[in-house]
Amino acid sequence: MTTIHREIHTDAEGFLTEYDEWTDDLAVQLAAGIGIELSDEHWKAIRFLREDYPTHGETATLRRVSTLAGIPVKQLFALFPGKPAKKMAYVAGLPKPRGCV
Amino acid sequence: MKRLVILGGGTAGTVVANKLRRRLVLEDWRITVIDRVPDHLYQPGLLFVPFGGREDLLKPRRRLLRAGIELLIGEVAAVDPERKSVKLLDGDVVCYDYLVIATGTSSRPDQTPGMLGAEWRHSIHDFYTYDGAFALRDALQGFTGGRLVVHVVEQPIKCPVAPLEFTFLAEAFFRWREMRDQVEIVYVTPLDGAFTKPIASRYLGRLLDERKITVETDFLVERVDADRKTLVSYDEREIGYDLLVTVPLNMGADFIGASGLGDELNYVPVDKHTLQSRAHPDIFAIGDANDLPTSKAGSVAHFSSEIFVENFFQYVEGLAMTHRFDGHANCFVETGDGKGLLIDFNYDTEPLPGRFPFGRLGPLSLLHETKANHWGKLAFRWIYWNLLVKGRWLPIPSRMSMSGKHRPDEEVRP
Repeated sequence: MTTIHREIHTDAEGFLTEYDEWTDDLAVQLAAGIGIELSDEHWKAIRFLREDYPTHGETATLRRVSTLAGIPVKQLFALFPGKPAKKMAYVAGLPKPRGCV
Repeated sequence: MKRLVILGGGTAGTVVANKLRRRLVLEDWRITVIDRVPDHLYQPGLLFVPFGGREDLLKPRRRLLRAGIELLIGEVAAVDPERKSVKLLDGDVVCYDYLVIATGTSSRPDQTPGMLGAEWRHSIHDFYTYDGAFALRDALQGFTGGRLVVHVVEQPIKCPVAPLEFTFLAEAFFRWREMRDQVEIVYVTPLDGAFTKPIASRYLGRLLDERKITVETDFLVERVDADRKTLVSYDEREIGYDLLVTVPLNMGADFIGASGLGDELNYVPVDKHTLQSRAHPDIFAIGDANDLPTSKAGSVAHFSSEIFVENFFQYVEGLAMTHRFDGHANCFVETGDGKGLLIDFNYDTEPLPGRFPFGRLGPLSLLHETKANHWGKLAFRWIYWNLLVKGRWLPIPSRMSMSGKHRPDEEVRP
């Protein structure tokens, strides 16, 4: 996962470490790498995550996405099966969500 | 005369009120604490209630607050940050120059469909509330065997190690009653492991494994089917139970949301080093009421309060705030059979093994089960009532220290 693109920086699990290295094209590639083809619904969630991160300072949780972007948690599970919080963050080029502390 | 209003007389609110009262001139500063109920609850004691412990859980707030601090009992309806006023449900209005929000976080079983209902406090329990802990004690006494499911709805929760501690204590409880073989214990978590931080998660995961406790990870509950005694997740997995001990969704106080001061869980967004509201500079949120990216725990409330107090003196003088909170948290973890372990961490350093608090001298051990840690946890109750909430000196620094800690060589982050 670390060598999809030569010029991007990722952590050991493949999450981008530089916010500005992310592009729409990269998102498509990252998503394809985990078996997801991006639809408009996927993009709505990803755009929200991208816009929320710089002001909030943390990767949004599922609850935050569902409350503020209006996408029900159930749908997030359908869009990003299994581990939606992690998969969304991965595709959106943001740090792995903390889960908790 | 300046007026400081503190909403909430729990750990953080009481510590801050007492520390500030000692140093702010009585003739120049009026300090008011507002809380819903007259008694202060020793929350760490709730964990032991289901297993028979019950000492010293409640004390009158009035007795814990220094003379010269005004205590108002009432429920906050809303804060108006423009007018700098607090409106109470009974219609009273209290004006402030500076506001400290310390109303904590609380369990909200109403937020998960099917949780509150005919089975609540019968086959579905919580232990983070006074009534809940006592109801669970009766349920455990009467439990004749079957599947016990310990469950966390969603992070963040207050005292994130408590559900694990409950699980360890329950396992020991059934063993001592010689019915362990009739009880299946399952720990259900929305996280991908036993705990949130990798090294501690591995240590704690190993302890669960040794005790033959099954762990279900990545389980985000959508609803409780109380009739079928089943937890149902968003991705349609099901876990049946005979006795469910759940940690409901935790949320900040409703007035925070109603006043437009909160995030999606009614926590006040603050600067993580100064606890100052990001929207209103004369409002600070301390303890569990803010959105700090560290544990919601009494130790955090205590350590961050010390930083806040130092900054507050600078702030009211118009100076820059120079003290920075590092996210320091410190938690005893009961593991059953009279033993416990201890974790100590901050924003940047996850819990590591070693000795605490006096470097190699210990006497407590980090991430390692000992009897001394268990006694430390029990002795803490005295420290809490007599030193901590009164704002007196404690031998633990508010900033985390690396002294006595080491990184286990074999433990490398995946």
